[in-house]
Order: sequence, then C-alpha cells, then structure tokens
Amino acid sequence: MSINSTSNVIELRGVSKRFTTPSGGIYTALRELDFSVAPGEFCAVVGPTGCGKSTTLTLVSGLERPSTGTVQVDGVPVSGITPGVGFMFQNDAVFPWKSVLDNVAAGPRFRGTSRRLANEAARDWLRRVGLAGFEDRFPHQLSGGMRKRVALAQSLINEPRVLLMDEPFSALDVQTRSIMADELLNLWEQTRPAVIFVTHDLEEAITLADKVIVLTAGPGRIKKIFRIDLPRPRNAQEIRFTDEFVALYSEIWETLRSEVETAYARTTKEVSA
Amino acid sequence: MTQAKRIPDLGSTEPTLEVPAAGGDDDRARARELRRRKLRRRIWLNLARIALVVAALGSWELGVNTKHIDPFFWGQPSGVWRQLKTWITDGTAQGSLGEQILVTLQEAVYGFLIGVFLGVVLGIALGRNRFLSDLLSPFIKVANSIPRIVLGSLFSIAFGFGLTSKVVLAIVLVFFGVFFNAFQGTREVDRNLLSNARILGASRWQATRQVVLPSAFTWILASLHVSFGFALIGAVVGELLGADKGMGLLIRNAQNNFSPNGVLAGMVVIGVIALVAEALITALEKRLLRWRPPQLAGDAGI
Repeated sequence: MSINSTSNVIELRGVSKRFTTPSGGIYTALRELDFSVAPGEFCAVVGPTGCGKSTTLTLVSGLERPSTGTVQVDGVPVSGITPGVGFMFQNDAVFPWKSVLDNVAAGPRFRGTSRRLANEAARDWLRRVGLAGFEDRFPHQLSGGMRKRVALAQSLINEPRVLLMDEPFSALDVQTRSIMADELLNLWEQTRPAVIFVTHDLEEAITLADKVIVLTAGPGRIKKIFRIDLPRPRNAQEIRFTDEFVALYSEIWETLRSEVETAYARTTKEVSA
Repeated sequence: MTQAKRIPDLGSTEPTLEVPAAGGDDDRARARELRRRKLRRRIWLNLARIALVVAALGSWELGVNTKHIDPFFWGQPSGVWRQLKTWITDGTAQGSLGEQILVTLQEAVYGFLIGVFLGVVLGIALGRNRFLSDLLSPFIKVANSIPRIVLGSLFSIAFGFGLTSKVVLAIVLVFFGVFFNAFQGTREVDRNLLSNARILGASRWQATRQVVLPSAFTWILASLHVSFGFALIGAVVGELLGADKGMGLLIRNAQNNFSPNGVLAGMVVIGVIALVAEALITALEKRLLRWRPPQLAGDAGI
C-alpha cells in the first residue's frame, strides 16, 4: 500500500474525526480512514446518509483538522487551507451579490491577479462551461444548472491539482444532472485534476469515477474499494445501459445495500423511540 | 460523443425575466385589463388616504370651532398652516426658516454618517472576532440599556451650544442600532460562502470586505431607516437643551411663548425632512441590493 505513497496527490492515513454535539456528547464521523488518490484520478465516495462523506472533503481542503491520523496533499501535511484545491459545495456557494463574471474572476482576484487578466480568464472559462453571454447576470437570475456551471468555472479557473466535490449536483433534476455529469467529465479531461466526488447516487459515482469507495454507515470506515475500468471518454447519458455498467452496479450495490439498510434502520429506530 | 454538446434549453431558462404575453391578442387584452385594474386600485387607495387626512384635520378644526378643543393648549390646523406661512414668507425670530432647517440637517447628517460608520466598523469587527465580542459585549449591553438621550445634557455642558454637542448626541443615538444590526448580520453570514471564499484564496480581510460586508449589508440597510430618525431626534433634542439656532430652538421658543401652533409647525417641518431622507435611503437600498431576487428586494409594502 505505502510503496508508492509519494506519488499520490491525496493521502489519508488512520484518519478519524470526532465532533462534540450540542448536548455535550461526542460524535464520531469518521474512523480509521485510509485511502489515497493518484494524480488525475477520479475517485467517488459513496455511502449512506450521515456516514461522514462530506467530512472527508473538509479534512482534505483544510477547512477542518482530523482528530487523529494524517492528511497529506502533494506530500505535505494539511495545515490551513490547502493550496491548489478547488471545492464545489452541495448548496450554492456562488456569491449572490457578484455578477457571473465577477464570481468566476473571484479566485484570481483574491490571489492578486489584475482585474483585466482575471476577467479575461473568467470570460474564457465561462465560454468553456457554455455561459458566454451571461457575464452580467446575477446568480438569482440563473437556473440551478447554470449556477452549478458558474461554481464549476469558479473552481476550475484556479487550475486546482485537487478538485473536491460535495454532492454538487444533488439539487438538480435528473435530466440536468446527467447533462452536468457529461460537462464535468469534459472539463475534467481538459485539466485533469485529482477528484474526490462525494455522492449518495451510485449510478452517478460509477458513471464518473475511476475508483468508487464505499463507506460504512456512520462512523464511516472504508468497506470496500472498487476499480471502474469503463473506457473513456464516457457518455454519461448512455453508459449506464451497457452490460459492464450494469454488472458493476449490481456488484457495488450488494456491498452498499447492507450499509444503507443499517443507516435507515437507525433513523427509523430513533423516530419510533 | 462527449465533446461539449451545448445544451439547447439553456438560453431559454431565465426565471426572472418577465414572461411576455406570448400567444395572441387574447392574452394581451387580459394583461391590459389587469394593469388597468391595478391602476384603478391605486387611485382609490390614494383618494381614501387623502380622505382620511382631511377627516382627521377637519374634525380637529371643527372641534376648535365648536369649542370642544381649546386651541390655547392644542393649537389648530389652520393656525399651524398660518404659522408655517409666516415662517416661510417673513422668516422666524432667529433668522430664515431655511437657515434653521440647514443647521438641524447638518447636525443630523454628520451624526448619522459618523454613527453609521462607527456602528458598521465595530459591528463587523466584533462579529468577526470572538475574543473582542466576548470582551466588550457586557459593556455594550449596559451602554445600550441606559437612557442615552439624557447624555444630551452632559454634552451641552461639555461641548457648548454649537454644532458639536448635537452631533455627538446624534452619534450616540445612531450608533447602537447600526452596531447591533451589523454585528448580527456578520454572525449570520452563510458559512458556505465564507468557506468558498477561503478556498478560492481570499485573505481574512478580503473575505470580510467581499463576503461579510455585502452579506451583512441587508441587515445594516434595514437599520438605516430607523437610524436617520434617531439622528434627527438627537439633533433636535440637543437644540432643545441649548442652542443658538435650529429647529429645536424654534420649537423651544414656541413653547416658551405658549404657542402650540409653533410647536406643531416645527414638528411638521421635521417630519418632511425625515420623509425626504427616508426616500433617499430607500433609493440607496434599491441601488445597493440590486443583486437580490425581486421578491426579496421589493418594498415591504408599508
């Protein structure tokens, strides 16, 4: 396992994360997590609700620190916000008071690029995500799918080595979602960051990823890691009908199902108790 | 296959643009009818409002004429109107009416601007800094609970009858409202937006200026409406307590001359100033909150 540890972009070793609950108790979100992501690898993390999927991302990005264990990005232990990381949040995190152009240009502007160069780059990225002509709109004037494109451009303009995505498309309707999956794959091919894509949707995970990590019901531990050797470039809207896809789906679902059932039983018990 | 097929329905989904009356004369006629009905309702509403004012002032005037209300104590609308006319045409005992208004306005505006500035800066600073807010919050709570208007007496002793004492009183009155709103607004900033800014590379100062400030602005602007009223109160009360010019002095002189019409006329002038300021602040609010969806940014209806 640790032979090629230096060549991995993201490296988690024995990572646990505990939170104190408002009532004073301790809640363990992740327990003894070990995994790594190679450069340019697309890694999906699936698991039942409340298994600490999103917590993994906050640890890699440096928004939170692990309680035990180490998180390394590019061989450097994470402390403070990890440089070279992009993050796409589950809820809209585009700035509602900035125009579409200013939103996308925000990253370079924060990092000290001149307004002219930042705007130039932002225009280029807006073209790539298919939003040319929408530069002057405010986010509330866009549809949900368009806001996601803005968020994607906003992250990718910084040319991150690592892209972290927290159920980014979960708020979209099914059709828009598979369109966005296609767009994402397309953009990812262009810059090839390493990706951790958190989702509860197994179909989405297999469609996108090179590797699917299944977490157990909380506290999250790794249950099993699956390689997805479907050929690229993939077409998100059609790949799910292929035999290979269906075989992989049923294999991973076998593993995931019992965890989902455990998590579900827990919530219903809480409700009835 | 995956090469960027541009999605055909993208351009057509623009939820906030007004839906044009597509489809024929029928819809257009209906839209016209709706508009007409709206206009008619507005006209009726305004007529009813005028009727309400006329009824209130009329019954007051009638009460005086039928000797039910003593104008020596309570004044009367026609007397107030005469007083205003005299002030405008002949000036007041202490100079022209315009000069009195300008003096009071100057005090109120200075107090307002300085008070708002201090309130916003301190509110955001304490909202962003846990230690500072824990350190200072008991003092601020105490300072907020004392009747600050009384400080006006102290200020007129310390700073004399001129501009300073009124401005300082106005600042003290304005500051707290703005401060608490700025503080709360800072506390309520969406964590996601802050995280996003940090990951995109924003420094703490950049995050404060570009995320916290605009986000807290909704709160701050809400407090400005009340605050200008407070600034005017500060200026006028300061003048009542001791001044050589201004609307407050005019009112006090009217009081000393047992002229209720003069007091009321002073009130009317200050009321007009407050309404104009309110309109300006609303315009500023509309301009600054352009980015918000219309159903949120629209007027509150009152």
